[in-house]
Amino acid sequence: MEEILQILASDARVTAEEIAKMTGKPVAEIKKAIKKYESSGVIVQYKTLINHDLVRESNSFVRALIEVSVTPQKDVGFDHVAERIYSFPEVVSCYLVSGTYDLLLIVEGDNIQKVSNFIAAKLSPMENVRRTATHFLLKKYKEDGHVLKQKEKSKRPNISY
Amino acid sequence: MKNSNKIIQISKKVEDMAPSGIRAFFDLVLGMKDVISLGVGEPDFVTPWNIREKAITAYEEGYTSYTSNKGLISLRKQISHFLKYKFGMEYDPENEILITVGVSEALDLAWRTLINPGDKVLIPEPCYVSYAPLADMAGAKVISLITKAEHGFKMTPSELDQACQKDKIKYLMINYPSNPTGASYNKAELSALCKVIKKHDLVVISDEVYDDLTYDFEHVALSSLPGMKERVVYLNGFSKAYAMTGFRIGFACGPEKVIAGMTKIHQYTILCASINGQMAAEEALANGHKSVNMMKIEYKRRRQFIIESLNEIGLKCHMPEGAFYAFPSIKTTGMSSMDFAKDLLKEQKVALVPGVAFGPSAEGHVRISYATAFEDLKEAVVRIKKFIKS
Repeated sequence: MEEILQILASDARVTAEEIAKMTGKPVAEIKKAIKKYESSGVIVQYKTLINHDLVRESNSFVRALIEVSVTPQKDVGFDHVAERIYSFPEVVSCYLVSGTYDLLLIVEGDNIQKVSNFIAAKLSPMENVRRTATHFLLKKYKEDGHVLKQKEKSKRPNISY
Repeated sequence: MKNSNKIIQISKKVEDMAPSGIRAFFDLVLGMKDVISLGVGEPDFVTPWNIREKAITAYEEGYTSYTSNKGLISLRKQISHFLKYKFGMEYDPENEILITVGVSEALDLAWRTLINPGDKVLIPEPCYVSYAPLADMAGAKVISLITKAEHGFKMTPSELDQACQKDKIKYLMINYPSNPTGASYNKAELSALCKVIKKHDLVVISDEVYDDLTYDFEHVALSSLPGMKERVVYLNGFSKAYAMTGFRIGFACGPEKVIAGMTKIHQYTILCASINGQMAAEEALANGHKSVNMMKIEYKRRRQFIIESLNEIGLKCHMPEGAFYAFPSIKTTGMSSMDFAKDLLKEQKVALVPGVAFGPSAEGHVRISYATAFEDLKEAVVRIKKFIKS
């Protein structure tokens, strides 16, 4: 991965000026590169990684992993049915995977009821969907390389040779 | 309480060791809360998990015994292979490698093994705090070679030559990349120094513990250069590159006679380095390189950032080639490095190490460790700027 992307992937708030200092390149060049990444869709969005377990109001928030077996269609394979599924706003991630099922979805909802309704009323009855298996997430330990714990204080002494 | 006990006196040599002002400053920092610390001589990363996990497993499996005095033969073999692969150096794991409790122990052993009373040891300054006191304890006469900021704190071949002509120098201490200055030598610079080293028939102790953290060129081990192996004691360890400071594992490689001598002292004082640390070091060598690279990339970015920022706010600073230290001049402030460090701590809660800790010639400089999270580094620059302006 190119260096600018690497830096932004670990901290999207780093400014172009700071990246310029870190990489020893002119600010204008960094700004231009970022613009290009944005316009070409390489950079899709700048988001915040939130540990919802620590936010009181989001206690009702639920997430499920759903394995979906589908019948591929002539000429378009899995793409068409995948599109029909991922277009639902409840589906936050959709992957085609190898193994005993075909699509792996991450579905979010305000509560179990809402996610269940989505599966029963929208997903399962779809024409090419053969089978689903739903796993509700009980606890998130690590996400996108980050351990979701309250920040621990450094155990180093403040000064040493 | 001080000196109230008249019965026990400590030796004059020990009493005269280490500047006490620095100790007091360290105590001040350690007692203060919510400080942004740029004063730490160790990585801000914790030891990579695979290495920690190996250490835990080793305990679970019951590896809790002594090892051979020289250290686990499996680890010495691994080190031997690694040095061959990395630098083309041949060290026999049986009798040319000794596992020590960090480079610090290795250095102490080396001085005590080599020095006869009055032997002259040349140490480039500014330098790591233990070099001169340990040589002195071993009975050496320590002579400092003052390196200059305008040379990026590197010793030049002509400076070395002049120092050797002036005094009958027997031993040279070298450390690159350097703590505290970050200065290092590329192959051409080392080759030029080697000529002078051979000309004056010097024996060299080379502390290369920061070798993996070299940013602008490939690190070259001094003993890998032609004709150097027989006159160099090569010191390295796992603390810095693998973020394993607390494991306390270092090693010395050198001529059989020297390693045998060092092993004699080591077996009486230390017996052996901890088996757990040694096993963790094996894991580091086998599977740690990805983590080292990841940390190195991060340090390199921070280095660029901090050096440019310091120069911007008026603290002139050369670009260090390695380690994780910036060594800016604070002369424009007109303050001593100790006053600068104390006042910065009190007024802005930023801790750094006054240059004077690394020798009198380092007065007018401070050591800033950029083994510090980027967010903290940014905030520290803002605070230092405020402090200078006030």
